[in-house]
Formats: sequence, C-alpha cells, structure tokens
Amino acid sequence: MAEYKLELKGICKSFPGVKALDDVQLSLRPGTVHALMGENGAGKSTLMKCLFGIYKMDAGEVILDGKKIEINNPDEAMAHGIAMVHQELQPVLARSVGENLYLGRFPVKKYGPIQIIDHKTMYAEAEKWLKEIKMEFDPKAQLGSLSIGQMQSVEIAKAVSQQARVVIFDEPTSSLSEKEVEALFRIMNDLRDKGVAMVYISHKMDEIKQIADDITVMRDGTYVGTWPAADLTIDQIVAKMVGRELTNVYPPRENVPGDVIMEVKNLTSIHTKSFRNVSFTLRKGEILGFGGLVGAQRTELMEGIFGIRGVATGEVYVHGKKVKVKRPIDAMNNGIGLITEDRRGNGIFGCLSIKDNVGVSVYNKFMKAGFILDHKSINQVVDDSIKKLSIKTPSMKEHIANLSGGNQQKVIISRWLANDPDVLIMDEPTRGIDVGAKHEIYEIMNELAKQGKAIIMISSEMAELLGMADRIYVMCNGKLTGEISDQQEMTQANVMSYATKF
Amino acid sequence: MEKTKQQKAKDFLINNGVIIVMFVLVIYTGITADNFLTSSNLLNILMNMSARLVIALGIAGCVITAGCDLSAGRMIGFAGCVAGTLLQRMDYSGKFFPDMQPMNVFLALIIIMAICAVFGSITGFFIAYLNVPPFIATLAMMEIVYGISMIYTGATPLGGYVSSYTGLATGSFLGISYLIWIAIIVAAITWFIFNMTRHGKYMYAIGGNPQAAEVAGVPVKLTLVLIYMKAAAMYGLAGFMLGAKAGGASVQLGYGYEMEAIAACTIGGVSVTGGRGKVSSAVIGVAVFELLKASLQYLGVDANAQYIAIGIVIFIAISLDIRKYVAKK
Repeated sequence: MAEYKLELKGICKSFPGVKALDDVQLSLRPGTVHALMGENGAGKSTLMKCLFGIYKMDAGEVILDGKKIEINNPDEAMAHGIAMVHQELQPVLARSVGENLYLGRFPVKKYGPIQIIDHKTMYAEAEKWLKEIKMEFDPKAQLGSLSIGQMQSVEIAKAVSQQARVVIFDEPTSSLSEKEVEALFRIMNDLRDKGVAMVYISHKMDEIKQIADDITVMRDGTYVGTWPAADLTIDQIVAKMVGRELTNVYPPRENVPGDVIMEVKNLTSIHTKSFRNVSFTLRKGEILGFGGLVGAQRTELMEGIFGIRGVATGEVYVHGKKVKVKRPIDAMNNGIGLITEDRRGNGIFGCLSIKDNVGVSVYNKFMKAGFILDHKSINQVVDDSIKKLSIKTPSMKEHIANLSGGNQQKVIISRWLANDPDVLIMDEPTRGIDVGAKHEIYEIMNELAKQGKAIIMISSEMAELLGMADRIYVMCNGKLTGEISDQQEMTQANVMSYATKF
Repeated sequence: MEKTKQQKAKDFLINNGVIIVMFVLVIYTGITADNFLTSSNLLNILMNMSARLVIALGIAGCVITAGCDLSAGRMIGFAGCVAGTLLQRMDYSGKFFPDMQPMNVFLALIIIMAICAVFGSITGFFIAYLNVPPFIATLAMMEIVYGISMIYTGATPLGGYVSSYTGLATGSFLGISYLIWIAIIVAAITWFIFNMTRHGKYMYAIGGNPQAAEVAGVPVKLTLVLIYMKAAAMYGLAGFMLGAKAGGASVQLGYGYEMEAIAACTIGGVSVTGGRGKVSSAVIGVAVFELLKASLQYLGVDANAQYIAIGIVIFIAISLDIRKYVAKK
C-alpha cells in the first residue's frame, strides 16, 4: 500500500489570459481529511475540477494507489472511485431522492432485450446508503422538498454508494446550518474511519481546525506548502494564505469624500438566509469597499438595493430622500447604477453589438421627435467611450461576445457612464480580467470618484479591496460585521477577522 | 493563404446554402418549365408572398424575443371572417347581416386590427406578467380565438364581397397589386420599428439576455406585451388581405399558417434562441418558401410530396443556420 492514496503532481492549467494553476501538487493520505486552503481565486476549485475531469489539465499527473491514471471526464473519475460534492449542487430537483442517487446508473431488470428500471431495488438500496451515513429520510421524497443540507447528504450518499475512496468536498458548508454542519462532520468522521481520503475546501477557519488532518495552502494558482493541521494556528494559516507583498498595481488615489449621498437603513432580504439589518452610508467622491467571503451575501445586498432581489424591510435614501425601488429602472431613475458580478449572466448581450450593449440603457435620452432613435448622437457617445476607455475593437458594430473579458467590462462601464449615475455599484469589477485591463479599470474608478461620483466596490480579492477602497465594510453570512475607515486599520487580518466572525 | 480562401468559400456556401439552393432550383425550373420565369408568374408569387410576409414579420418579433405565436393562424381566420361579415354586398343572397350597409373598407380594417391587438395584448399580458411560456399562452389564445370565430359565424362560409374590398387584390398601382404594396409598406414600417425605435432595440435586448435587459433598465414586461399586440394586429391585416384575395373566408382560413411563418423566419435567419433576426430574414424566408412551393408545382411534383420537400428544407436550413452560431465558440 502506497503511503498516499492519491497524488497530484505538477498540475498546470491556463485559461485564456490567466494562468490558473502553476505547478501545483497535492498528496492525500488514506483515512484523512485534507484541507485545501487559499483565498478566493487561488485555484482550489480549479484544481479539483482538473482532478475530477471537468477541466482538462495542461500538464501534470494524477497518481492513484501508486499508479499513474488519466481522467478525462467525471465518469472516468467516478470509475476510479473519486467522487465530488459540488460547491453548487447540480441535482434534479423535480425527481426523487432515490432517482438522484442512481441517476445514470439505474438498477435494471432484464426481460430479454427489454430493460426495465427496478424501482424496488433502487429505493431499497437508496435507503440502505442513506442509513449508512445515518441520514434517515424517505428515498421517495422529491429532492426539491429537502433542505440544502439534506440534498448535500444525498450527494454524499451517492459518493458512498459508489464505493468512492476519494471524496472531494468543495465548500460544502457555505450554505448549511450549524446542525447540518455537525451532521456533515459526523459523516466525514465515519468515512475517515473507513479509510476514505477526503479533500475539504472551506473558508471557515474554525471548521478546518475541527476536522482537518493535513492542510495544503495555495495562493494565486501556486502551491505554498503542506503541513499537519495540528502544527498551525489559525493566524499562521491566514498568513500563509495571504502572505504576499502587495504589489503597486493600484494607482494612487486622491479621493476627497464629501457629503453623504446614499444611506441604507436596516435593509433585510425576503429570504431568511440572505442579508439582514444592513445599514451603511456612502459619501460623494469615495470608493467604498465591501469585503467578505463568497456567500457573505454582498451581491444579494447590492441587487436588493438595485431592485433585482426582493427586500422585506428597510429603507434606502439617496440625496436625503427616501427612494422606492421595485425594479432596476426605479434605481436608475434615482441615480443608481449596477455593474453585476455575473457579466455573462446578466451583464452583456452576447449576440448584440458594442453599440447596442452601450445604448440599451440610454435610448431614452437620444430620441428625435419623441420616438425615432438618434443614431448619430448614440454613435457619438459610443465612439467617445471606446476612445476614452480605450476599448480594443475594430468597430462599434463588433459583437461584444468577441471581445476579451476586460474589454467587455469596459463596454458595460461605458453603458453606465452614458447613463451618468451618482452612485455606481461595481460587483467584482475585475473578475476574470487580466492584469493590464485591471489597472485601467482601477484608473477609471479613481477618475469617477474624482468627478464626485460615489462608488461601491464589492471585491473578494483582498489586495484589490485594500488597494482601492477609501473605506471598507465587511460582511459575513448576510450581516454587516465591521467597518474599517482608518487607513492604518485596513489590513488583511482585520478584514479576515470580520469576514469569519460567525 | 490558399487554405483560408478555400475555407472562406466553404463558409460562404454553408452560410448561404439555402439561398443558393433556392436560386439553383428557380433557374432550373425556369429552364425546364416554360412559363415559370414570366413577369405574370413572378407577380403571382409575390402576391402569394404578400400576406405570408405580413404574418412572418409579426411572428418575427415574437421569435426574436425567444418566443413564438401559435395563435397567428386562428387570428387570421377570425380577421378574415369579421372582414367578410362587414364587407358583403347588399344584393348578395347569403348576406350575414342582411340589413347592414357594407362598412367602409378602411374602417373595417382598423376595427379588425384593433380587436386582434386586444387579443394579442391579452396573450402578451399572460406571457410578460404571469410568466406563462409563450408556447402555452399563444396555444391558449389560439383555442379561444377559434372558438370565438366559430360562434360568431356559426361556421358559415362568407362571400359576395363589395368591389372596394376585393379590389385590394385585383387592383394595382404601377403594375403591382395593392396587396404587394401593403406588404412592402408593412415591411418598411417593421424595419423602422426594429432599427429606429427604442422598442425594437429593447426587443433584441430581451431576446439576447432577458436578465441583463432587466438590469439595464429595459421595461421587459411592457415591451413583451407590445410585441404580441403588434404581432396580432399584423395577423389581423394578413387575414383581411387573404379574404380580399380569395373573395371569401371561412373559419379555417389561415389554419397552419403560423407554423409556416415560424419556419420561414428561421430559414431566413431569425434565431429561435432569441436576439437575432432582421426584416430581411423574414423576407428571405418567405421568398424561399413560396419559390419552393411554386417551383415544385411547376416541376410537376405531387402536391403531397411537396410537404415532404418543405420539411426537408426546414431541417437542412435550420441545421446550417444553427451551425453559424455554434461554430463561433
């Protein structure tokens, strides 16, 4: 028996414009929980997706039980006894627990050439495996009727039923209640006793100390090191995760925050697990940073302010006047703009031109005789912003889908500049953008602040948050846990401690 | 270098495959059949195209927003019947309203288009505000409109129209039938709406990415209602035109035309996944359809076999069209 159940060596993976993984290694001992740590974007999920065959790695090898193997897709990974409990679950909500457990490998009864799904065996087996992980609920229940924690245990049962020897948990607890986390850990302890090797990705430090045997830290797509969990304190782990010199990629700021322009009071989501009782103020000419871990509900909060998500209680004041926002258009009419986090999902119109992507929000302003579009003026506006933001494109007629991420983002920024809001919310403004374009976007942000616009920036990149924000609010699990306004206090450790408050 | 030229030629052939095949078929038919490429026959084909184009332009708006409209055919039948009842000659023996003077043709048209627009806005309301999928909402409206047509006419066929109504089909201006002129004007207005108004731009935005449209401040729901309303008004016009052309109408008028219109739009390049499509797409699609039908007829292909040919053309055309977008990745 090899010392390691599974070894990953020299894994490299590039996406267009970014080197996501650079010579990364990971060694799992059987019967242990191995925590994989790193900031958002450090490459943890990418590494696991490479292992699981969702992404194809550019270089590197996977060694299982001392033998080199190749994994080209999730089916092959499962055939090798590797299972993954995804960060975002992908179950078939409308079907039963049992059917989800056996999706793609239904037990069948054969009548000559005809195969019929053997429901009786399927449900009996499903019940057995659920019992195995000490989760007792009806395998015939519709999956959608379960809580997220229960759905996750169905995924785990699936892994167990496939006799998986390696199980990857990608942030399984990010949406679990405390009780559900306890149940998960009990299952993990059982699996450990059975000799299963587990990879555990989480941002929650206390959980790591509680469950992990080994810790591997990654940073910016590179391997930092592996240590026994008992040897490291939480502070040491954090130091290793963020331990980099802040390079001077952030242009100098000379923002002079002025009067309060927007005030949010006790904003609470209609969903119990989302933002609660959030109050904050925003000043003219400042860049206000929102920090926190993935799942801290920052995006949800901003989308609530902008009218995309439902708000149960609380008020928003702009220029001292209470505003009622039911839909995005209401927010826009009150001078609020939002550049969303999910650029492809609800930012760009992929099949439309740059011009139409910029124009869509401002057609109201460019009309002749009340109903005919003034194409000449619109062209002028689009042309100006292509020049001003140096958007690299052959013409404004180019489909936005053909541009790079950075240029797409600049087009979205152009859309909002043409709309001229007083408050611009930028959710992860540099996600998926290469370093050069990032710098340009930072300069645009500073320029806007100088002109007296108020900017809210959500960023999960610690360095960006510290480098760009005049003031920082930190959120954790839907609550505002801290405000850092003193430049001296703006340290990674301080943000992290607020972000992991509970 | 040589290879890229070859590649370009191949791309051109594939991207315009249907149109090229169409041209070949038309030229072949022109050579083998005597009177196919005559001006009277071509005008006849254009005349057949006219109402079809109006329907296709209406449906194109729905398809560009990734929707569809199954109620078009029944709406056409309804419009044709209402027009028939309002525009019969006083001396016609089977007159539907024996004591009513025939209405002014234009007034009748406006009334018909207005009623259809109301139907369309109801469909649009269910689609936009109650999130009923377009397929189902328009299916429901299809049933309702058919029922109304049946009750209204008692399933009696209508005829004996006033000459000012049938004159729309028989009369001409500059040698071109009024019906064709109507289609040209409708196409021009639709082009204007698609390209020169906010409404048109919003339509493309909703089709391209409804979530992003909402975030960008597009009045998504209102725009959807307007699209279905406008489309229905156009079906009303098309039914009116078909009635004039046939000189009569029954509740079965226009049955199945919605499918042909959707097919024509997609053949011309309106993407069923939304966001893409022009007025020229609808024109090309309808032209391909009508030319195909006429060519096959002239070539003496069995009338029932023509359906098979049309089905095959749809299969090939859409596969090629989808390929353009899938290959781009």
